[in-house]
Amino acid sequence: MSASTPTKTPLTKRPAGGGDGSARTYASYARPAWQRLLLTRETAIIALLVVVLVWANVNVPNFDGPLTVYYLFLDLMPILLIALPMTLIIITGEIDLSVASTVALTSAFTGVLFTDAGFSFPVAALAAIAIGAVCGAFNGFLVGYVGLPSLAVTIGTLALYRGIAVGLLGTEAKTGFPDEWADRVTDRIGETSYPQGLVVFLVLAVVFALLLHFSSFGRGVFEIGLNDEAARFSGVDVARTKLVLFMLAGAVSGLAGVYYTLRFDLSRGDSATGMELQVIAAVLLGGVSIFGGRGALHGVIAGVLLIGVIASAMRLEGQTQNVTNIVTGVLLIASVIIPRLLSWASGRLPRRTRGDT
Amino acid sequence: MKFHSKRATTLVALTLAASAALTACGGDDGGSGGGGGDDATITFLPKNLGNPYFDASSTGGQNAVDAFGGSFEEVGPTEATPDAQVPFINTAAQQGVGALVISANDPTALGDALEEARDAGVKVVTFDSDVDAEYRDVFINQASAEGIAKAQVDLVAEQIGGEGEVAILSAAANATNQNAWIDLMEEELAASYPDIELVETVYGDDDDQTSFDKTAALLQTHPNLKGIISPTTVGIAAAARYLSTSDFKGQVALTGLGTPDQMRPFIEDGTVTAFALWNPEELGYLAAYAAHALIDGDITGEEGDTFEAGDLGEYTVGENGEVILGEPTVFNADNIDDFSF
Repeated sequence: MSASTPTKTPLTKRPAGGGDGSARTYASYARPAWQRLLLTRETAIIALLVVVLVWANVNVPNFDGPLTVYYLFLDLMPILLIALPMTLIIITGEIDLSVASTVALTSAFTGVLFTDAGFSFPVAALAAIAIGAVCGAFNGFLVGYVGLPSLAVTIGTLALYRGIAVGLLGTEAKTGFPDEWADRVTDRIGETSYPQGLVVFLVLAVVFALLLHFSSFGRGVFEIGLNDEAARFSGVDVARTKLVLFMLAGAVSGLAGVYYTLRFDLSRGDSATGMELQVIAAVLLGGVSIFGGRGALHGVIAGVLLIGVIASAMRLEGQTQNVTNIVTGVLLIASVIIPRLLSWASGRLPRRTRGDT
Repeated sequence: MKFHSKRATTLVALTLAASAALTACGGDDGGSGGGGGDDATITFLPKNLGNPYFDASSTGGQNAVDAFGGSFEEVGPTEATPDAQVPFINTAAQQGVGALVISANDPTALGDALEEARDAGVKVVTFDSDVDAEYRDVFINQASAEGIAKAQVDLVAEQIGGEGEVAILSAAANATNQNAWIDLMEEELAASYPDIELVETVYGDDDDQTSFDKTAALLQTHPNLKGIISPTTVGIAAAARYLSTSDFKGQVALTGLGTPDQMRPFIEDGTVTAFALWNPEELGYLAAYAAHALIDGDITGEEGDTFEAGDLGEYTVGENGEVILGEPTVFNADNIDDFSF
């Protein structure tokens, strides 16, 4: 990253471009630092999460019970994990729809390697993560080096990986995975309500935050999302960056597949059906632009938690999954529209004021 | 999002202030409201929602709960997979409902979640599809294998006048349920209907087209065939479709296990006179009564426990905590319009 970033301020702290191309102007920096740090979409989502949490605590029966937080994290773990690499992929302006199929494929492989081939569980799990990375590398090669659109490539591999997963096990399900490994994931940390698997997520979250927000690789990710031609000319290896990101998504999906296998003591080809959409919805809700170029991990984590808390509260209220989906869908649309409305309004209002005075 | 306008800034500031204020209020709320949950709540968790079979079983459950008093809830995933069912089991544990009545998508994968629910005081009743016995209190079995086999043999014998050649159109060659039933059917034929000869068993793999073709082949290979038994809902529907458009319609009897919705047109046009299946509404009704008896402590799931199940009468818990609903229901032109599943 030589002359490409003339400013010392990391790109993430810049207000949203909103797609209007006038992202970096002096006006954006005219406000004090606390405003630039706090008045962001990420903060809005975190605030909304807090509001929903408090509201649910007060109004939803049993939400404040001891099991809620524990189950919340158990349910959300795969989404939290995969949302990390997915954030980076979407910031480059690409997408990966094959992650849930990779979860199923790696879960199926874990089952076959452990039960049929007789490998020890850690070996089977590491092999599954490696298989996930290979799946991701295939996506990344086609997107980065062949130059195919990621939407088309990963719709293809969504079907392909799912097909292999179902084909591998047929209608059969593998069970009987070692309890001591399952316990390491699902047991509570001490007397708290947090499952032990959360530690793995926290470590990965720190790694991904450093990678995205505090490294030249991360600045390259944002550059690609804003303009990949410009990124290429300023020295970013676009193809390699995309390959690495898709491989990371594959490997983390593999980890989520191992988690899935352990949590449910089950390896089946139809596991995690539809999870790719939950991940992508959470990432977008967390303030990442689907057009690429903007987003931050703390917003995404808040987005995943928000979707999880809403689902948990609505289940406790006895609402069907369809109603939950409607609420999540409306929230997602609103999270895309409201910033646009605000930037449209903020574009108009000052102009009118100037004309009046 | 740019906050150039004062109004937008104010909005965000208000949101933040409001959330901060609410957090403060929420702080001293911790603990209250927990441990609620009416013990008489019975939650039905079918394999998936929007499935007519489970709509019928939930209707039965609702009727039973209305009869003995309590609250009934039906929850469930849209996809019939075990991982989608787990969050609903967890929710029941959080709510501390009286009992969870579940048709399991997997015999072992739900085990941990069910164990935790039972630790939280929830009684677990399985129906239609069981989990391993250690994870539940009682299993409501739709019918005994003997009952299912006998009902079909009796039906075909009645329809062909007690003598002649019959054949079986089954599901896959290694289908556990069907093979057990076929063995029992052979025993029943030998014991009660010596003049009926079972000439062939063919396998349609529970695939509509394969079953259709196998039916055609059966009728060509065995010109004297008088009846077909198809102990699978896919097979009987495909065979009925073939028969209804062929010259054999009305000449060759067809019976087996089918659902009223699938078979209604073939009953109406006379291709099929009668077929059997357990009644899912009664299954749900019995499951709800079993849940009620568990909550009240009338039964614990031990072999020999007995309980009253409203209109269905008294039931006894059998081996492995199983309760058998009873004989399958026979559907014919007189009663088929009373059922929809």
